Amino acid sequence: MKYAVRTAKVIATALGLAAIAAPALAQQGLDEPFQKPFKEALAGKTVAYVPVAMNFDLTEGWYAGLKKELEPFGVKFEIRDPNWNTNAGAQAVTSLISEKPAVMVIHNPDVQTYARLLQRAENEGIYVIQINMGSAYRSSAFVGANWIEIGERDTEAVVKACQGKSNKIAVVQGALSAAASAYTLKGVENVLAKHPEIKVVSSQAADWDAAKAKAITQTVLKQNPDLCGIVGFWDGMDIGTAAAVKEAGLTGKVFVATSGGGERKGACELVKSGAFDLDMSYDVPTQAAQMAGTIKWLLSSGAKPGSIKGSEYTTLIPITKENADSQTACWNLSDLKK
Amino acid sequence: MKRIRFNQQEIVFAVFAVLFLTFSIFLRGFLSPENMLTLLQNVAVLGILGLAMAIVVIGRGIDISLIAALAVPPGLVLQMVQNGHSLPASLLTAVLLTIAFGLVNGWLIAYAEVPSLFATLATGLLLAGLGQAALFQLDVVQWSDGMKGFERLGQGTILGIPTSIVMFAIACAVVAFLLRRTRWGAYIYAIGDNPYAARVTGIPSRPIIVLQYVVAALIGCFAGLVMAASVNSMPTRIFNSTLIYDVILVVVLGGIGLSGGRGGVLNVIIGTLLIGTMLNGMTIMDISYAGQNLVKGVVLLLAVLTDSFLNPRNEETAQQGDI
Repeated sequence: MKYAVRTAKVIATALGLAAIAAPALAQQGLDEPFQKPFKEALAGKTVAYVPVAMNFDLTEGWYAGLKKELEPFGVKFEIRDPNWNTNAGAQAVTSLISEKPAVMVIHNPDVQTYARLLQRAENEGIYVIQINMGSAYRSSAFVGANWIEIGERDTEAVVKACQGKSNKIAVVQGALSAAASAYTLKGVENVLAKHPEIKVVSSQAADWDAAKAKAITQTVLKQNPDLCGIVGFWDGMDIGTAAAVKEAGLTGKVFVATSGGGERKGACELVKSGAFDLDMSYDVPTQAAQMAGTIKWLLSSGAKPGSIKGSEYTTLIPITKENADSQTACWNLSDLKK
Repeated sequence: MKRIRFNQQEIVFAVFAVLFLTFSIFLRGFLSPENMLTLLQNVAVLGILGLAMAIVVIGRGIDISLIAALAVPPGLVLQMVQNGHSLPASLLTAVLLTIAFGLVNGWLIAYAEVPSLFATLATGLLLAGLGQAALFQLDVVQWSDGMKGFERLGQGTILGIPTSIVMFAIACAVVAFLLRRTRWGAYIYAIGDNPYAARVTGIPSRPIIVLQYVVAALIGCFAGLVMAASVNSMPTRIFNSTLIYDVILVVVLGGIGLSGGRGGVLNVIIGTLLIGTMLNGMTIMDISYAGQNLVKGVVLLLAVLTDSFLNPRNEETAQQGDI
């Protein structure tokens, strides 16, 4: 009997030891088979970035966001700044094609200029990602705002604010040559077609210029003091629109809807101050993160450039008095750069 | 010599009068006092810039860098205040920067004898580049809380008149005084009329040329402050716009010949009024952007054509440097 008890004890101890030892074996680790090829696919690769110009909230935000996401993986980041010069931009893209970066991130000045160049780039084996302003050529990825949706949602808000009022609205367009402006206008037209009661008393281009927007709005407000809403095409320009409304003493009476990248000073602060009633934000940091994600995916996929094509339209954030105070509705460039 | 019966100034004034009358009769709401004030308000900054350009053009020069002086020092004020500096300190820095800029322009033109067109083209790029590279975080410098109260320079009214018009009037008075009532003003005309004769008669022409560019830069900076206050931000990218052509247009259209020595504040006012009337009338009519450019071009061409028909240029009337 004594022997049997001892044997049982030994077995129990052995089992106990085994139970302790088993996890120790697993602690040696297991190799995740996909991370190494991923790292290798990214390390040392060059991403070239051609915005229409640096030094404004959108392009600076994209740049900072991309850099933050990609540089830790050893991706080299190159920037070509054409400073609003379409020719310089086309030259930059052309020279980049011969330098063969792995990815080009392109912000088109218009629909046509870069279209053929981008096609050539993908034929040469460079992935092309287009931001916010697409070209006629559909490349591997488009990440950006849907301008038609922006025009529609801004106009819907203005039409709603006009209910029971004069039904007179004004439209302050951007530059006529910019497709973003033309697309937004299409969105405006789409909504107006459903609302024949709305009368557009003025629809003019202010060239993305705050001073011009102010001059136009002042004149329009003097002619139509009972105006009930204004659809503006960019918050950077519509500071002028809002200043004219404020000077006419009509803040709160004239509904000002606009759109932009959602930078705190340019968007949330102005909504809080009452300058804008609605600012449709395409949230630049999210766009940058989506672009970075797409770049990671493309580089690690090994897909032939131009063989797959897709779009990532941005989910818009409507900034109004309700959320202008929140931490997440807007972003700070200085924080993004940290 | 036979007196020329219509000069450009009178022709432009006639064009302005015809346009004004037509708009008053056919355009409902054009002649209302409120609209008249809006009309002036919209071109006040252009008018102030026109005054700066006039001083330089009368002295037979041209200042292409004016828009840089409009954009960069006022942009610096907004940026410094945004970064936590006090408003007076920021303003002082901006004024010092403007004076330094004017001195560089003047030195290049008066002492290094670089033609004003090239000198100011280069310095304008330099200042705008400096602003973009070193001074501003973003192209559009936003208003911040520290600027509170300063927006009264470009918004609101003084005795019922919009402030920017009052600022234009003050600038007109100061420049008119400088040009017509001071010895320096007389020297500027003399240098513009004939720089060699001016130098021979003992006028300190080089320092006077430097003075012109410093004053022009300071007026440019003032126009920029009014503009920034009026739109609650400083879109420094305005340097890339075609505003400088509008300024030259106001000056030349008003009848200040690019050959120098002629014209005054009244010419700038007339040129500004013509541009203002056209812009305002077309905005009320909701004419498309392309249409507006077409009309602007045709009216300007008509004015210039009429001038060259009534005052044909020949060897006698043409001056050296006439464009």
